[in-house]
Amino acid sequence: MARFECPKCKEAFETDGLVTVCPKCGADMRDAMKKLAQIQAESARPTLGKDESMTTHEFIVRTKNLKKIYKMGDVEVPALRGVDLDIKRGEYLSIMGPSGSGKSTLFNMVGGLDKPTEGTCFIEEVDMAQLDAFELAWLRCRKIGYIFQTFNLIPVMTALENVTLPMIFAGMGSDEMLERGAFLLDVVGLGDRLHHKPYELSGGQQQRVAVARALANAPAIILADEPTGNLDLHTGKEIIELLKRLNAESETTIISATHDLKMLQKSDRILWIEDGRIVKSARPEELDFASAEFH
Amino acid sequence: MIDVDKLLASAKPIGQEEIRRQIVLPWPEAFRIAIRNVTLRLGRAAITATGVILGIAFLVSVWTANIIQDAMREDRALPALQEQAAAADLDGQVAAMEGELEQPDAQQAETKARQVWLVVMSLLVCGVGITNSMLMSVTERFREIGTMKCLGALDEFIVRLFLIETAVLGFLGALAGAIIGHLVMLVIYMIKVGPSITAKMDWGQMLKYIGLALIVGCIISLLAAVPPAVRAARMPPAAALSTEV
Repeated sequence: MARFECPKCKEAFETDGLVTVCPKCGADMRDAMKKLAQIQAESARPTLGKDESMTTHEFIVRTKNLKKIYKMGDVEVPALRGVDLDIKRGEYLSIMGPSGSGKSTLFNMVGGLDKPTEGTCFIEEVDMAQLDAFELAWLRCRKIGYIFQTFNLIPVMTALENVTLPMIFAGMGSDEMLERGAFLLDVVGLGDRLHHKPYELSGGQQQRVAVARALANAPAIILADEPTGNLDLHTGKEIIELLKRLNAESETTIISATHDLKMLQKSDRILWIEDGRIVKSARPEELDFASAEFH
Repeated sequence: MIDVDKLLASAKPIGQEEIRRQIVLPWPEAFRIAIRNVTLRLGRAAITATGVILGIAFLVSVWTANIIQDAMREDRALPALQEQAAAADLDGQVAAMEGELEQPDAQQAETKARQVWLVVMSLLVCGVGITNSMLMSVTERFREIGTMKCLGALDEFIVRLFLIETAVLGFLGALAGAIIGHLVMLVIYMIKVGPSITAKMDWGQMLKYIGLALIVGCIISLLAAVPPAVRAARMPPAAALSTEV
């Protein structure tokens, strides 16, 4: 199935290539469809988005004996009890675990949002503990795209402003920024909602804005914490599809916490975290998704 | 609805050669964001500004009263003194009479001291009020601050945004307060003494006082906003994101 736009009446519709006339005005669409197929073939080439400098390290994320202890008054609560994790460049990794298992804590460490109590976390072989505030901000801005379960859009900004905010921080020029922001929103299907505020958008639309924002500076890693948790099935599926294609075709590493079966099935590797430790690692084809474990 | 093909078909706009480009928040952008925060959270902004308005209104009303009283005193004292001096035709007597006038001056000094005390107290209360209001406004925006830091904001960007916001609120609040305080005092005295009093006032001094009040308003707001803003900016993003308000 692919999306086409009639050259005559601009009606957009989906077809698997068998229907060659516009369903609205009946115009012949064969030429337009041929062109689109060519563009798709071009863009699907595996070289796309790759860069020599990006393939120097095999592991984009590595953690060594990562520990995090939260202090609640006098009580010490260990959230991570020594996590060793190697994530390959271009890997699609899903992390499962009950709430309170340390999943989010691990995310925060890998994303540079919090500092571990003990152990180290490397991004592209750079120890994050060695980075100063400026370098850390740069990393968050340019290397990592975050998608949250609760969307976390800035409520006073429009969709376009939300998407362009990371580009402002990255020092992009104003025209270029607006153009790319509008482009990204168009990609996620919100081309006509550029100037809507988050509260004027549905949950699914908000999450799509958040996805566009995560892609703003073309990050090498996308960290998604239950990205489909608050979404309807259809939008969730679309977002999974988008992440999967990004992963497959532009070598973006995807790390996501999820219980979404569809997301798990698409991933390269699934990790289980329990009580602050990685207890199991498996590939989706080794698993029986019909088993009780997933329901 | 998501058009993945289009995204993948687009060339990567950010080349690796640009990678050392800095993390920035240009001032015009910072202003735009801060002003937007003020205009879109008008309720919160109004509460913060009210603290400034009240404090500065009190300050300016005291100053206006001082100027009017000075004008009234000159109005009464000087001609009277000159008349008596002319009648007595003696320089020494004038000096003595001027000495007599010092007597109420001592009382005035005491009144002045009391006024200074009142003004300082009111400004302190106003400062605490703004700090409190800013603390609230920062707390309810923890999640937003955390998000901004995830997107690459430096601590100083957060502080900068909050400071611009309070500077704007402080200035507008001080302006409103100065006008309100001045007009209220002026109207009170015009009713009490008569409209003629405006003609004898030292307007140059009044303008200076109003200018000073604006500066004081801005400075108090900024001083009050720094601690909460810095506290918010220093939070690790993870902590800021997980706060439930």
